Amino acid sequence: MTTRAHPFRRQATVAALKETIVFWLLRAFTYVILGFGAIIFSIIIYKGSPAVFGSIRFDGAFPFIHNDFLFTKPQTLHIFRYKGELKQMSAAQYYAFTGEGTPETAPAAATPEQPLAPAVHATTEVVTPSPARATNAASALLAPATPTPPAETPAPSAAQPKIDPNDITEHETYSYAAGGIWPQIVGTVLLVIGSMTIALILGIFSAVYLSEYSKQGPLISAIRLAIVNLAGVPSIVFGLFGVGIFVIGMGWNISLLAGWFTLAFMVLPVIITASEESLRAVPRGFREGSLALGATKWQTIFSNVLPYALPGILTSSVLGIARVAGETAPILFTAAYATSDKLPWELSITPNRMHSGFLGYVEYPFLWIHDFALHGVSALPYHIYVVSSKIPQNEYTERVQYGTAFVFLAVVMAIALSSVLLRIRLRNRLKW
Amino acid sequence: MDESKPSAQTAEVVPTKVAAPSPSDKLARLNAPTIIDINNVDFYYGASKALHGINFPIKNKLVTAFIGPSGCGKSTLLRCLNRMNDLVEGTRIGAGSIKISGVDIYDPSVDVIELRKRVGMVFQKSNPFPKSIYENVVYGLRLQGINSKSRLDETVERSLRGAALWEEVRDRLHTSALGLSGGQQQRLCIARAIAVEPEIILMDEPCSALDPIATVKVEELIHQLKQDYTIVIVTHNMQQAGRCSDITAFFYMGRLIEIDATEKIFTNPTQKQTEDYISGRFG
Ligand SMILES: Nc1ncnc2c1ncn2[C@@H]1O[C@H](COP(=O)(O)OP(=O)(O)OP(=O)(O)O)[C@@H](O)[C@H]1O
Ligand SMILES: [Mg+2]
Repeated sequence: MTTRAHPFRRQATVAALKETIVFWLLRAFTYVILGFGAIIFSIIIYKGSPAVFGSIRFDGAFPFIHNDFLFTKPQTLHIFRYKGELKQMSAAQYYAFTGEGTPETAPAAATPEQPLAPAVHATTEVVTPSPARATNAASALLAPATPTPPAETPAPSAAQPKIDPNDITEHETYSYAAGGIWPQIVGTVLLVIGSMTIALILGIFSAVYLSEYSKQGPLISAIRLAIVNLAGVPSIVFGLFGVGIFVIGMGWNISLLAGWFTLAFMVLPVIITASEESLRAVPRGFREGSLALGATKWQTIFSNVLPYALPGILTSSVLGIARVAGETAPILFTAAYATSDKLPWELSITPNRMHSGFLGYVEYPFLWIHDFALHGVSALPYHIYVVSSKIPQNEYTERVQYGTAFVFLAVVMAIALSSVLLRIRLRNRLKW
Repeated sequence: MDESKPSAQTAEVVPTKVAAPSPSDKLARLNAPTIIDINNVDFYYGASKALHGINFPIKNKLVTAFIGPSGCGKSTLLRCLNRMNDLVEGTRIGAGSIKISGVDIYDPSVDVIELRKRVGMVFQKSNPFPKSIYENVVYGLRLQGINSKSRLDETVERSLRGAALWEEVRDRLHTSALGLSGGQQQRLCIARAIAVEPEIILMDEPCSALDPIATVKVEELIHQLKQDYTIVIVTHNMQQAGRCSDITAFFYMGRLIEIDATEKIFTNPTQKQTEDYISGRFG
């Protein structure tokens, strides 16, 4: 009786009802969003991970783990029936199988040009000839999803008699659907490293100028506002800007260099803003203490401000890395090839002296830099775009489509994780 | 007592009405050469005037204490002496001059870097850099391009001994300075300041964040440092000013009210306001 009568008794009011509804509404929205995210991620992981993990092999040769999907170039997938039996082969396998030689693929399959090391296997074979090793070497080039076991695949050999073309029926080909995505991984890594280096140098310099040197006034405020707004410009606009300035204006054509600068300009606003914030977070006492000891402004900034701002700058730049790695639009017209036969360091095609737009005449010792920087690359996001829009979507192409997305997801997650670790490490080391 | 109240009020309105001998005359009998000569200095933060016609000398190898209620311009004047106020945008010396050893430090020909090497500063909030104790002390030397190991080692020991910190940290010179206690950090900042061998050390409330024991240590240190350096110290602690200074200057609302030998100020001030402030009646 007495407990009922107390003044704080719970009552069914409209306010209480509203409170419950709001709570469940907010909860529902959050879980729906989470659910969608979870579905997208699980599909990519479920369909994409077999491409990566289904092809890992451990063997005696460096780099010990061989992965056809990660470490080989894309190839065309051939689907056909041979004497009524369904076969799935990469281009290299197909030409070895039929005995046809094509100028591009057949020699490439036979020579040690692939990043995987058939050459290493070949030399090992000389010492210890083992049939298992031989098939291993051959299957290094195979698509992992091949239903026919590697042992059935005949080793590539010029002496192989041609099979009867009439035995092959229902022949279909899918570009990029066999092989791997090694050039795309390489291209993405190169694009990220180069553009982040450029962006960090330019961004830190201008952030130091804006926050430490410039007199605060309407002009600097306007510049700062412009920079912040630049961060909201769509990336395709940066792509067009890159075409105008770097590809055409500087005459770099579609190249790594043009991609580096285009991507650098795209992330610059983020980096400048983050750097300014980090610089401002360095206590005033560090500057005053240093200046009071007779340091110049630059000495103070260089030895007593920048080192303490750097962790903050780097951690926020990691978000920039994810953006650089993920954007397709800026590299669409500036840096990306859908496919390139050679990796950037395999290019040595130029004569020992040649003219190139901004560099003037380039002499022999620097030609590799020239070839390296002034050729386009492939990149993961662009590859996802190509394989999901330019080739049909079916059971045969799923491997490359979801596999690429899965690898890309893993790369972005690794970047995010390393940002968290970096932040924790630097926080522990630098505290004030 | 009944009469003192109205007279205190009139004194506040018309601060320096009572004709008194000029600061230079009063300090002349201390028989020490002048090192800093502050000459009718007006100082502005933008449009607002923070110092009004400050005029007095600072004597060589003596401790001068600045006292006065909050906001009266003690820090402002102190930071004028090594041109630390240059860092604040819109500040300027409106009139007058500050001469150190006869040189006007606001003259365009003066190199601020050289000035700050000669006039060191210890801040209210101790600001050790997040480096090792050793690197903190040698920071000023490294700036000057001195990297010889023996020279640096020798300076570290001399400065830390000078700052009465050597015995406490000699075994952990290469650990982070941020691991020191508040009092140790402040003494490290003093060691860092004396490592570059200045002539004058400015201290802005160096003990305000310290406990009584650490305060006593810093005060003892000031006594020692007096042998070699001219020290200017800002403090809110009357006992501290009484204990460790030779000359005390009392400021109020951006004006110098009175300056004299410390025992004179504390026992027999000529200005009513000084007496009121010291006895805790305002401020
Ligand atoms: N950066 C600044 N910009 C504008 N005005 C300032 C600035 N710094 C100080 N002032 C003003 O100048 C006057 C003197 O300030 P100052 O810091 O010198 O006082 P103080 O005597 O050191 O006080 P405290 O004992 O509280 O440290 C105050 O009125 C203050 O508001
Ligand atoms: Mg102050």
